[in-house]
Amino acid sequence: MATTLADAIWDRHVIERAGAHGPAGRASADLLYVDLHLLHELTSPQAFEGLRAAGRSVRRPDLSVATADHNVPTDGSRLPLADRAADRQLRVQIDNCREFGVELHPLGSPGQGVVHVIGPELGLVQPGMTVVCGDSHTATLGAFGAIAFGIGTSQVEHVLATQTIRMARPSTMAVTVNGALRPGVTAKDLTLAVIARIGTGGGTGTLIEYRGAAIEALPMSGRMTVCNMAIEAGARAGLIAPDDTTFAYLEGRERSPRGALWERALDDWRTLRTEPGAAFDREAVIDASAVAPQVSWGTNPGQTVGVDGAVPDPASFADPAERAAAERALAYMGLAPGTAMRDVPISTVFIGSCTNGRLDDLRAAAGVLRGRRVHGRVRALAVPGSSEVKRQAEAEGLDAVFRAAGFEWRSSGCSMCVGMNGDTVPPGTHSASTSNRNFEGRQGPGARTHLVSPETAAASAVTGHLACAADLPS
Amino acid sequence: MDPVTRVTGRAVPLDRGDVDTDQIIPAPWMKRVERTGYADGLFEKWRADPSFVLNRPERSGATILVTGPNFGCGSSREHAPWALRDHGFRAIVAPSFADIFRGNLPNSGLVPAEAAPDVVAALMRATTDDPAATVTVDVASRTLDCPAAGVRAEPFSLDDSAHHRLVNGLDEIDLTLALADRIAAHERTRPAWLPKGRST
Repeated sequence: MATTLADAIWDRHVIERAGAHGPAGRASADLLYVDLHLLHELTSPQAFEGLRAAGRSVRRPDLSVATADHNVPTDGSRLPLADRAADRQLRVQIDNCREFGVELHPLGSPGQGVVHVIGPELGLVQPGMTVVCGDSHTATLGAFGAIAFGIGTSQVEHVLATQTIRMARPSTMAVTVNGALRPGVTAKDLTLAVIARIGTGGGTGTLIEYRGAAIEALPMSGRMTVCNMAIEAGARAGLIAPDDTTFAYLEGRERSPRGALWERALDDWRTLRTEPGAAFDREAVIDASAVAPQVSWGTNPGQTVGVDGAVPDPASFADPAERAAAERALAYMGLAPGTAMRDVPISTVFIGSCTNGRLDDLRAAAGVLRGRRVHGRVRALAVPGSSEVKRQAEAEGLDAVFRAAGFEWRSSGCSMCVGMNGDTVPPGTHSASTSNRNFEGRQGPGARTHLVSPETAAASAVTGHLACAADLPS
Repeated sequence: MDPVTRVTGRAVPLDRGDVDTDQIIPAPWMKRVERTGYADGLFEKWRADPSFVLNRPERSGATILVTGPNFGCGSSREHAPWALRDHGFRAIVAPSFADIFRGNLPNSGLVPAEAAPDVVAALMRATTDDPAATVTVDVASRTLDCPAAGVRAEPFSLDDSAHHRLVNGLDEIDLTLALADRIAAHERTRPAWLPKGRST
């Protein structure tokens, strides 16, 4: 029977099948080998403590890589931090990684950055792999044709101890994006439009394979943006079949194979495709040319419309639960039904995160900002996704463009995407943010988040209200 | 872990869909490095409203949360189940759960009971009307009972892996370590090009 890409990769990593009888009794789900375990400071301390308490070791420290991203200030601070709790957590991480022999890129080191940005940068994420991390946006890494998903801290401990994870095989979903995105429409707009279409639970229980001409046309940065938000559609993970774009990105990276091994790897990677005729459990088809720049109006990422649209009237939702959710969202957001999205005033702009903190994203935003100034009421932050992205951006002068426009040019970290490291949106005010979640309080208590692309964030910074790049006078 | 074969108690009805883990436990609580001590962070922002259901005195001591679809969406933080557990919850009944959260609950000894929407709606009504109404989540048989809602032996879904571990109180790591030989056998077949960290 023809096999999907997700199933093919899954099958390569099964150590024990659900239903099999082994030394521990009947297997209740598949036991899957983990090729790479990424770790950050927030979701790992309790896992290391668990190992210590049970007298266990890390089975494969050489398949584990850690960094500090969620808790790190982006103002250039180093340890000791004024935030005592954050300081303690970062020190605990340093001690844990030293004790258990795990590679760590701590605050202030050249390799530090958002975990989902540094993995690909180093060449650590390759086609056909299984990758896990105690972070839901691990889905980002499926862009390389890998199965990459987020796990909880107990599972982090399990992976540290065994290099495996016990999990029922997800079902499969195809999201096929035909045609081409219009000029000025980005991967972020596409991924938001997909969530608006299939819903926040539309992908639950599945591995989504994104395919079709519009996906194939995306560079790796855009593919990562698309897969990053698969979790926001409820999916376990998203993935995209590897192709020449993928291979060109990987060639020559620090941890990519070289010489004869590179050739062998390529031969294998080229076989990683969904076979013709393979059936998916669910399917959705999107016309790329119909996607406009997107802006969210509510408090979940499915509550999104085109920038030409307006805040919907909750009464327009037939489903009572959706209507109630829209009413709560509008109350939190302080928005009236029928308000044109372009009339929403913006006081904070955030460009960064694992969704849109890569060099291509900064280039796109800088392209909008060149020769323009941030509106007087707007505080705008540009936060590179990694220290390496920051260096590259500075080497091509992007920092000067952001600064000249009135942006703060920061050090890398999760920053305003997670609202716990000193970078927050003031209560009751609206942000245009390239991050992934517009949940209540996500960017700080009372913060009102509008999810947008880097181009739309930059344009909104200039106009002081939600706007797309095409709105700006040339 | 202690076995969990059945949870019986009063319930808190939280009639909202898409409740995300940022609401269950806000991110600043994740600066802690312990597995316990999260009770005060549970629904911290919503609890600032004195009329929020969790603040009602008649809901004190409830052990079951009845809620809407896609509960626990968003972040993978296991701090969310820890906060629910620290507050006293032992089971969550919902029409659907977000995937990662569903997997995290049993690892903290909590039961994710996914029931048919009409069954959840009946429980929601009955427990909203009568704070003293008792709900039973029978893990062993994977059924729900709530006499006040007219719900008797209604099935809920709980995957075999979670069921097995909850009912038997098993440590999953111990179970997997018993397969060390097979894990090692798989490792011998891994392609040579796969990347490595710089283990210290």
